[in-house]
Amino acid sequence: MLQCPLESNTAPKPLNWPESMPSNPIISVKNLNKRYAGGFQALKSVDLDIHEGEIFALLGPNGAGKTTLISIICGIANPSDGTVIADGHDILKDYRSARSKIGLVPQELTTDAFESVWATVTFSRGLFGKPPNPDYIEKILKDLSLWDKRDNKIMSLSGGMKRRLMIAKALSHEPKILFLDEPTAGVDVELRKDMWEMVRGLRENGVTIILTTHYIEEAEDMADRIGVIRQGELILVEEKNELMSQLGQKQLNIQLQVPLDTLPKSLEDESLSLEQEGNTLVYRYNSQTESSGIATLLRRLDEHGIEFKDLHSRESSLEDIFIELVKSST
Amino acid sequence: MNFYAIRAIYLFEMARTWRTLSQSIAAPVMSTALYFVVFGSAIGSRMGDIGGVSYGAFIIPGLVMLSLLSQSISNASFGIYMPKFSGTIYEVLSAPVSYLEVVIGYVGAATTKSLLLGLLTLLTATFFVDFHVEHPVWMIGFLLLTSITFSLFGFIIGIWADDFQKLQVIPLMVVTPLTFLGGTFYAIDMLPPIWQKITLFNPVVYLISGFRWSFYGVADVSVALSLGMIGLFLALCLGAVWWIFKTGYKLRN
Repeated sequence: MLQCPLESNTAPKPLNWPESMPSNPIISVKNLNKRYAGGFQALKSVDLDIHEGEIFALLGPNGAGKTTLISIICGIANPSDGTVIADGHDILKDYRSARSKIGLVPQELTTDAFESVWATVTFSRGLFGKPPNPDYIEKILKDLSLWDKRDNKIMSLSGGMKRRLMIAKALSHEPKILFLDEPTAGVDVELRKDMWEMVRGLRENGVTIILTTHYIEEAEDMADRIGVIRQGELILVEEKNELMSQLGQKQLNIQLQVPLDTLPKSLEDESLSLEQEGNTLVYRYNSQTESSGIATLLRRLDEHGIEFKDLHSRESSLEDIFIELVKSST
Repeated sequence: MNFYAIRAIYLFEMARTWRTLSQSIAAPVMSTALYFVVFGSAIGSRMGDIGGVSYGAFIIPGLVMLSLLSQSISNASFGIYMPKFSGTIYEVLSAPVSYLEVVIGYVGAATTKSLLLGLLTLLTATFFVDFHVEHPVWMIGFLLLTSITFSLFGFIIGIWADDFQKLQVIPLMVVTPLTFLGGTFYAIDMLPPIWQKITLFNPVVYLISGFRWSFYGVADVSVALSLGMIGLFLALCLGAVWWIFKTGYKLRN
């Protein structure tokens, strides 16, 4: 029996979730290739395991292959070669079992115009082989604030409502795995917050979520693990915290009282540089090391009689890391 | 078998039918009425009987076939073309359904609709001419077989078409001429000898001939041949649909 993903009576996952993740992947992609007739290769030997219950963010520039990968897993496109196992079922040989576990919210807002909200969600549930369950559909529509609109024609809905309707359709058959392809594109800030709240709720009920987004700060907020895809190649898969600390840098900006032309010889170090015409001393350090070296640095500045009026530190964001990654491997 | 999916697709398509009911009914009823006024009453009154059947009654089976063929093709082709056009096809492609279930859902709904409209055309005819049906079971059988076959054909056109023009071109440029030249308005032996031979290459001849036999017991070609030809065309369409889903032609790239 599948758990009803929106019910909140199942036990929430522990906070230290990444460490307790099971070793059995819920989706396993092996050596997946996609070549189009024109010769263009959209995916190149992609290997990827998605753990049960995690939120996995797939990042990459436009045209990198994110949607192609999702389309193949969901059965919309055929792979050229390679295998995909979803919840223990081969997506080609055992497509019925595999697909009935998966819900997809595609990037485009593709809906019928003349159907009612209620009819289209009921249709989706039936299409995925589930017996009618009006109570469950009522619950989804209420959770997504669409209940008042249940008898409205889809074309009368706003863009944000249509987006939520697509999510309702994807959840209608109680999937274990949910794909969200750019779920927040063109959605206002308020609704985005609600949407991520809902995604967290789903995860707490054991639904595995794979999402793509262009708002990298959202991935930074939401994801347990990050995959970066570039020109059809999966160039990196890493736990988010690991990624941030390994590839992220910290930087301390020290605003000097008196601008410096050059650093004193004894302070010359590759982690120190003068910026903004000698007004700011920038110290870059690794956030992983136990001691940041800041105390030592400040003491030595004092020894050299270098006075400062302000200091602040910043951490590189996932966006900085992402841009660096995509740039460096081009 | 995913019966819930078949039901969902069928009900979805039938909902579309009920939504557009007035135009679905008005058009065929109107055109049938016009045919009867022009060919049945105005011209038909000056024409002799054909095979012992009055001209007005003679053209009924052909006119029913005419609306059956065009309705089957347009319903089924539109039904599968629209989701492709709007993009909602993604849901069917990602659903745990087999090609057989998809076809039963879409073609079943198109068949139901064209069957209803065929019977409605027949009902319209009763207001204009007296006629009888000698073999009612066979008549329904021919209606059903033709609806299924041409709904399948329409389904194939709907998958093949990438734009609205392609959607229209086969019904307009192929099916309409074949139907008009298929013996709706004349018996084949009224044609010049050479055309009597050529016309046998027109598959619609067999449909109309067999269907007319079920009304009046007279036919241009043998009933067995009519049935055989419908069966052959049905098999060809099933083969094409099977190939489409096997290869993912224009559905899964």
